[in-house]
Amino acid sequence: MSEMALPNALFWWPIVVMVVGAVATYVWRALGVALSGRIDPEGALFQWAACIAYALLAALIARMIILPTGPLAQTPMIDRVAAAILAIAVLFVSRRNVLPGIAVGAGTLVLATYVRTVWF
Amino acid sequence: MAGARRAVGVPSIVLGGSFLGFGALVHQVGLSVWHALFSTATGWALPGQIALVELYAVGASVLVIAIAVGLTNARLFPMTVTLIPILRAPGVPRWQYYLISHFVAVTGWVAAMRDCPAMVTEQRLPYYAGFAGVLWSISMLATWVGFALAGSVPAPVTLGLVFINPIYFMLVICADVRARSRVLAAVLGAIGGPALYLLTPEWSLLLAGIIAGSLGYLIGRRGDPHE
Repeated sequence: MSEMALPNALFWWPIVVMVVGAVATYVWRALGVALSGRIDPEGALFQWAACIAYALLAALIARMIILPTGPLAQTPMIDRVAAAILAIAVLFVSRRNVLPGIAVGAGTLVLATYVRTVWF
Repeated sequence: MAGARRAVGVPSIVLGGSFLGFGALVHQVGLSVWHALFSTATGWALPGQIALVELYAVGASVLVIAIAVGLTNARLFPMTVTLIPILRAPGVPRWQYYLISHFVAVTGWVAAMRDCPAMVTEQRLPYYAGFAGVLWSISMLATWVGFALAGSVPAPVTLGLVFINPIYFMLVICADVRARSRVLAAVLGAIGGPALYLLTPEWSLLLAGIIAGSLGYLIGRRGDPHE
């Protein structure tokens, strides 16, 4: 019984988590419709919430680059950090255009990983 | 239709690339393609989706995941509050705004805030629906393609796909964030995130977000006369 239940749970449990995530996301959108035109989006509470959202996102990004989980963890940290710094450099050289920055950042990591597997 | 046409171009390339990365991330975590598509269809706010998958992968509880996703996506509230009055037209039933609000996300919002004020009010909602519909379809397709690619292209390329999103959001923050409190919040978060992760993988994201965000807000506001 339990062997049969396992694959099922492995499929449905993430779906449940994602439904919870979708609700936690849609709540903001619905609340936005409900209160639109009746609330000042420049107010102090919004500014604070925006700061938390940016800090949380930055924390997640930095963690994914510096301490990634999964296969990215097998790449040397110097490769990931170098790719990130190059991407930022390209961003500012290209007048804050994100597309070339993404291409250079991801491309650098692919190239570095490829070179290491071939030559070392 | 005009909205649908405008959506094709640079915004859809960047968005497609980032959902490509999301599909690859879901593959790397060991979930199925249905999970990837379900998340994109129902969530459709990438930072929250990535936080969810990353936290799920480190075994965080549903409560922690829900709070982290909620805090990450709280930005959708002020965005919707400012967008809906612009889309509002006489005679349109209220449920249509609740439906369209599911499609409020950064790319479409920026375009609508730029283009809609110059339009007749009746055209704005259809414009946004067309624009967001195309972006949503591209997101679904890219999620699926990213998942499929992650299993079949050489390993270094898969790593590159998974690496797209951290790079993408890092660049978006670098390019767009000007207000001093938000810059401070992002810098402190970037330092605190990995540091706290070493102490508590499950709670690090929430702690870093709330502490760094509040510090950034308090310090930045005090020093900046424009805020």
